[in-house]
Amino acid sequence: MNHWPFIIAAYGMAFLGIGGVMLWAWRSMRRAESATSDRVRSD
Amino acid sequence: MHGYANPRRFLSIAKPLTPWLVWSGLILSIAGMTAGLFYTPKDYLQGDSVRILYVHVPAAWLGMGGWSALAIACLAQLVWRHPLAGLAARAIAVPGALFTAICLGAGSVWGRPTWGTYWQWDGRMTSMLVLLFLYFGYIALANATMDRGQVGKSAAIFGLVGVVNIPIINRSVVWWNSLHQGPSITLKGSSIDSSMLWPLGLTTLGFALIFGAIVLMLMRADLARIQAEARLRRMAAE
Repeated sequence: MNHWPFIIAAYGMAFLGIGGVMLWAWRSMRRAESATSDRVRSD
Repeated sequence: MHGYANPRRFLSIAKPLTPWLVWSGLILSIAGMTAGLFYTPKDYLQGDSVRILYVHVPAAWLGMGGWSALAIACLAQLVWRHPLAGLAARAIAVPGALFTAICLGAGSVWGRPTWGTYWQWDGRMTSMLVLLFLYFGYIALANATMDRGQVGKSAAIFGLVGVVNIPIINRSVVWWNSLHQGPSITLKGSSIDSSMLWPLGLTTLGFALIFGAIVLMLMRADLARIQAEARLRRMAAE
């Protein structure tokens, strides 16, 4: 049995999962912090 | 510990620390995974599929370690009423669930060439799946009970009770017959040859730094939202 499709699937899961959650967390943080600083400036 | 209860003081440390954790975590993870894929020898019995070890094992450790950290944060929330503990627990739950899911997914595709099956309802796999559902339950409960920047007590109690599952996962391969192999890395040493072991340290450290970076980013997002809500409430009251 060729093991490489299983290895690629496992590493692909890790890349996509970690990359996706990091990107989502970064965007949530940026959006929340920029919304707060915009509001402070407009007050 | 209460010295960091002030969000401003916490942010003064978290803001410069976040990019360091992100970049060092990414560099170490990519280095470890590249080494695991291309530079380590294949196993005499499992062949190339042993390379899944460098993703599966660190993810399992972080899934379990994540709930232990979540339980400590819940304890700090309940006993010492640390104002940031609930937010920390809520932030820890997300990467904890992520790494538990990666552990289950990578373990499943490792099982097919090794055991001939993607899944078996044995002690180790089932207790790890329970951990993933505990994370989902905690996230739902923490979101539902969040009020004025504080996570509800019921979520904190849930986080503390759920820690019972951690020793069950750890001892499952000893207590019950399992397709899963017994512990190969313990406090006494490792049965894995050093030529195959070193990238595991890189991916474990890299994933741990990424875990920390995600926690800090989510806590910063929550603190910014809480600050904005408090300002709106003040304006409405004036």
